[in-house]
Amino acid sequence: MTLDPAYLEYPKRRHGYDHDLYAWSALHERPSVKWPQGSVAVWVCVSLEWFPIVPGGAFAAPGHMQTAYPDYRHYTARDYGNRVGAWRFLDALARAGAKASFATNAAVAERYPELVRAVLDGGHELIAHSTDMNGTIDSSLAANAERDLINDAIHRIKLASGVRPTGWLSIARSQSFNTLNLLKDIGLTYCCDWVNDEMPYHFTNGLINLPLNHELSDRTIIAVQQQSADSWAQSLEDAFDWLAAEAAATGSGRMLPIHVTPYIMGLPYRIAAFERLLERLSQRSECWFARGDQIVSSWEAQQ
Amino acid sequence: MQEGAGDPQLYDYAPYRGRKKVVWPGGKTVAVWVAPNLEYYEIDPPAHPKRKAWARPHPDVVGYSHRDHSNRVSHWRMAEVMSKHGFPGSVSLSVALCQHHPEVVADGAARGWEFFSHGIYNTRYAYEMSEDQERAIIADSIRTVREATGQTIRGWLAPALTHTPRTLDLIAEMGLDYTCDLYHDDQVQEVKVRSGRLASIPYSLEVNDHYGFFVYNMSGREYADTLIRQFERLAAEGEASGTVMCIPLHAYLIGQPHRIGPFEEALRHIAADGRAWIARAGEIIDAWRAQA
Repeated sequence: MTLDPAYLEYPKRRHGYDHDLYAWSALHERPSVKWPQGSVAVWVCVSLEWFPIVPGGAFAAPGHMQTAYPDYRHYTARDYGNRVGAWRFLDALARAGAKASFATNAAVAERYPELVRAVLDGGHELIAHSTDMNGTIDSSLAANAERDLINDAIHRIKLASGVRPTGWLSIARSQSFNTLNLLKDIGLTYCCDWVNDEMPYHFTNGLINLPLNHELSDRTIIAVQQQSADSWAQSLEDAFDWLAAEAAATGSGRMLPIHVTPYIMGLPYRIAAFERLLERLSQRSECWFARGDQIVSSWEAQQ
Repeated sequence: MQEGAGDPQLYDYAPYRGRKKVVWPGGKTVAVWVAPNLEYYEIDPPAHPKRKAWARPHPDVVGYSHRDHSNRVSHWRMAEVMSKHGFPGSVSLSVALCQHHPEVVADGAARGWEFFSHGIYNTRYAYEMSEDQERAIIADSIRTVREATGQTIRGWLAPALTHTPRTLDLIAEMGLDYTCDLYHDDQVQEVKVRSGRLASIPYSLEVNDHYGFFVYNMSGREYADTLIRQFERLAAEGEASGTVMCIPLHAYLIGQPHRIGPFEEALRHIAADGRAWIARAGEIIDAWRAQA
């Protein structure tokens, strides 16, 4: 047995990365960042998702239909999040005085204008989250089709909500090698897809990444790892404690993303864990509840 | 090993009861070593006929950037906690990290960590390599780590745990003296190789943070409790004959903000107990060889 000799060639073995998408740098060597208040920017990001009952796209989005057509079970269980769960989130955020980001499928903005109006009235931000949960991106998507998809999502969200988002979250945080340039070309400021950092950073083309930690999401801890809502909340509080201590020790702000999904954390038996978490964080002097766009603009002003 | 045989014949059966007594320096009962994986995963590596580097979708933005978190953020956090409690690292190193992010490698070296090879990249797999090809990656590892740190590697943890039937023979022949790829014991054991000598040092899949978090789906607190239980048992059993506990880590997992606090508590517990000989892998091999 012999592998193709090319398998033992390493043309991109060099200082920095094996790509040119962003520059290599370690967090602890960057200049300090100060937030407008507190030392830990707590970024609650809610995903508003509509799953067509007929799956499509480059790959199946996490949470998509699972049974033979018609999969009423998963279609309705996901839609529960938009009808009920998201409204529980809005109340919980208001009680804690927290402003959040809502990563919103264009289809949700069109189908549920009451929900999107309540999000905006609450002082929250809309982040563009593709067209619907079939609007997935990977390298199998032709560049033109991807450009159309992104344009379509932004255009429809603007039309339905009156607001043009400045941020983008891909479904499953999956991109092609074209995505960063397409997002930049269409005039967006930031995306939330890359999880390699705990502070914003610039891509080579000027777009900003605001890292949305997938490991701390309710999807990972509750739906994938099958831990309890209390264990999820405890993990987030442990993370907050650590980051607050790190901020105090280094003199630089830190950020904590809390990514929640209405059909997961918005269930009656789980929502109290979310409410308690927000309440406890709101009592901490280090906590700055902030929307994604606020974190990005505060950070960028200090670069 | 004998290719095609059901039993790869890597070692003799050695019952746990009635073994020769091994005593660690200072009369400690359990040798504890921490093995951070300092890795580099390529975003778009060449295809291997036996294994895909990344699951769909392609490119795997989350998979790649999650691992990149180690080098940008969490390595530094993990390393600081280890140093604070007196745990040096014995590093399974994707040796191409010496080129990509020499700052990370230099940080480990400055902390007195020992380096062994984890292949060139964790996205290049050894399956189906010819003997010459496999010799080339071993020689590359020896040369690259020596140039970057001055250290001569003594150990091997195969890239992404991928092997050929010749791997253990080749690393022994090329001067390495321990492997981390066998999980058959809680004490150091002799491996049967074509020439020279090779020791198997207990590594661990089961208390590897990857298994803890992605196979057993533990919380950070549950994982820390697992480490303490593992330590307590091995420290007690080590009174009969010294045991080895390995804590294999990946910064992108253990260095996440929600896990590093509980992990620090586990290190604090082990360091304060008094029964642990906290050591580097090579020191454990040397102490065992002196008694074997």
